[in-house]
Amino acid sequence: MNLDYSADDEKFRAEVRGFVRANLPPAIAAKVATLEHLAKDDYVAWQKILHRQGWVAPNWPREYGGTGWTPTQRYIFDEECCLADAPHLSPFGLSMVGPVIYTFATPEQKAKYLPRILASDDWWCQGYSEPGSGSDLASLKTRAESDGDHYVVNGHKIWTTQAHFANMMFCLVRTDPAAKPQEGISFILIDMATPGITVRPIVTIDEGHSINEVFLDNVRVPKANLIGKEGRGWTYAKFLLGNERTGIAAVADSKRRVLRLKELARGELCDGRPLIDDGTFRDKLAAVEIDLMSLEYTNLRVLADEQGGRGPGPEASMLKIKGSEIQQTINELAVEALGYYASPYEMPQPGSNLPPLGPANARGLVGTHLYLRAATIYGGSNEIQRNVIAKMVLGL
Amino acid sequence: MDFQYNDEQKLLADSVERWLREKYSFETWRKLVATEQGFAPANWAEMAELGWLGVAVPEGMGGLGGGAVEQMIIMEGLGWGLVAEPYLWTAVVGKSLLELAGNPAQQALLAGLAEGKLQLAFAFAEPQARYDLHDVATTAKADGAGFMLSGKKIVVGNAATADWLVVVARTSGDQRDKSGISLFLVAANAPGVQRRDYRTVDHRRASDVTFDGVTLGADDVLGPKDAALPIVEEVADRAMAAMCAEAVGCMTVLHRDTLAYTKQRKQFGRAIADFQVLQHRMVDMMIALEQAKTMAIVANLKLGAAPKERARAVAAAKVQIGRSGRFVGQQAVQLHGGMGMSDELPVGHYMKRLMIIDTLFGSADHHQKRFASM
Repeated sequence: MNLDYSADDEKFRAEVRGFVRANLPPAIAAKVATLEHLAKDDYVAWQKILHRQGWVAPNWPREYGGTGWTPTQRYIFDEECCLADAPHLSPFGLSMVGPVIYTFATPEQKAKYLPRILASDDWWCQGYSEPGSGSDLASLKTRAESDGDHYVVNGHKIWTTQAHFANMMFCLVRTDPAAKPQEGISFILIDMATPGITVRPIVTIDEGHSINEVFLDNVRVPKANLIGKEGRGWTYAKFLLGNERTGIAAVADSKRRVLRLKELARGELCDGRPLIDDGTFRDKLAAVEIDLMSLEYTNLRVLADEQGGRGPGPEASMLKIKGSEIQQTINELAVEALGYYASPYEMPQPGSNLPPLGPANARGLVGTHLYLRAATIYGGSNEIQRNVIAKMVLGL
Repeated sequence: MDFQYNDEQKLLADSVERWLREKYSFETWRKLVATEQGFAPANWAEMAELGWLGVAVPEGMGGLGGGAVEQMIIMEGLGWGLVAEPYLWTAVVGKSLLELAGNPAQQALLAGLAEGKLQLAFAFAEPQARYDLHDVATTAKADGAGFMLSGKKIVVGNAATADWLVVVARTSGDQRDKSGISLFLVAANAPGVQRRDYRTVDHRRASDVTFDGVTLGADDVLGPKDAALPIVEEVADRAMAAMCAEAVGCMTVLHRDTLAYTKQRKQFGRAIADFQVLQHRMVDMMIALEQAKTMAIVANLKLGAAPKERARAVAAAKVQIGRSGRFVGQQAVQLHGGMGMSDELPVGHYMKRLMIIDTLFGSADHHQKRFASM
């Protein structure tokens, strides 16, 4: 046993750090640092920079444009990007539909979509959840009826992140209403410019807009956009959910936020001294740091298993549960550190030269805290993740 | 011991509930908080009419002469309704400041307050002070027969609407000394008072207020010069006891709405309220709510006790309310799933109000330390 990164890994880290420092546009990093909402162009700009370097899809096999990195190297890459305040790449193309396409799609579909995902020429969104189908995704009702060489799709998707940025959606639809719930589902790709699609914003409790409802009203989708076999969509959906595990624990993001929290706590006062010297605050900070340290090495242990060929199974649910809880705890501490300045909540007016109210990123911290209440809900709620472990790991 | 309302208190509770049901739906609230002022002057006039504003103003001063229980009943109702009208700042805090510290001329303002003609704000918090009431850098220096007021106060609730600001300022000693603190009654439009108004995360209104050499007369002092800290502490305790009741109202709605939602939301072929893990969560929410309810009563009934006993009860209640409020608010969002994240549902707004109640006059951690030191 050995807890050190190898010399190669350290060399790799230095290379990544050098590249990110030299190429990440400072204006984008500044927005990420102050927790501002990013524009689509900001994400695309950074993705294109990584694409030119050949680093945009570390989790893909080499033959499709991947990097050939080990899981540990991918982890290092994530960490370095995060610490440098690089934007999170949109996962819907690169981490979700991309792997489904290179694993299950036809050669024509691969040739059509994969290069565009890598180059960020398409922006994808995920048409999974419906108003009546959240945790119980297999109960989804969106229908796709056959009409010659097209499907006619009718339904209502919800919580669709970045649908307002997207020009493509991968979508679970019911093609066989008579079959058992899981067996009548197909996985299709929908061009968001097709007539009959309406995207309606959902404003979340942080007053931001990143999620949407998508209404599908007689949307004609070519059958050429079916992935794999009709009725096998559930299998592909499960593959998709199980595929990307490196980032699920959000360790890199949480480590960065702990660093920022310490900076904040050095600047704020409590009992006339820096908050970071306050016993109560220190105890809470230490508790979450220890939890995060445990999660970091647990994550690395899972990655090492993966490197050794033992793929992460349902244990990955553990990473999601702990990761999301730790994210929430850190951000809650940041809000506590703000004291009274957790209250003001106005967007700076464009062109205003008024100084920020309280610490510069106070509004971003409060907004992030509020939005992160969703971390224990999205991607399978933590209650569902615990059910997965109980059933699949503990055999209960 | 008696935990029951008397007949008059029951009538008051009924009238509060009826008014909220008829006048203050969530949709009404949404429209109201989007206006510039952030509340409805018409509602304020009705609150005066109903006797709520003067409920705890002494009878000889134009009020109904009620006490902490009456104020608790109203505040709990304001919590149910998420009521944005600045009752706390004027009818609880402003009223208490005038009542406890005012000379007869200053106390004469209470009649107008009870009639709804007068709004107040309490400018106490400072950027460096966090939750320490005695950490006061704002100074009122002797200037001829009067004073010159200079300094900055932050997140002053209701400052934009207030006719008068009650300002905590240092008339002697060092920034963190417990003596040397005085209160001043400052006209909101006095020359040298500058406000930066903003909206808060719970859709209320607050301001950072700068005093840039504001000239005050000797008769603008409210209460004893250099020795006002005990009054500030008593008023803060009253404010917290009132907010504890408000928080109980918020938690009651969250718990009720969560139960209702989980009973009608179906997944896996049954109501999600059938799942034991969610049942236990809602039981824990209930326990948190009941503990909070108890401590809100304890805090309010101890407001008349000796300062130390009062402070201990209020600190304990503020800790309980802070912790309960966080748990109930966050779990209400969690059990609503994605719906809980939507700005269009009440649940997130109640959670945010509870979050801000935890910061006002000091967080749970702050008051736990205060409790431990007593």
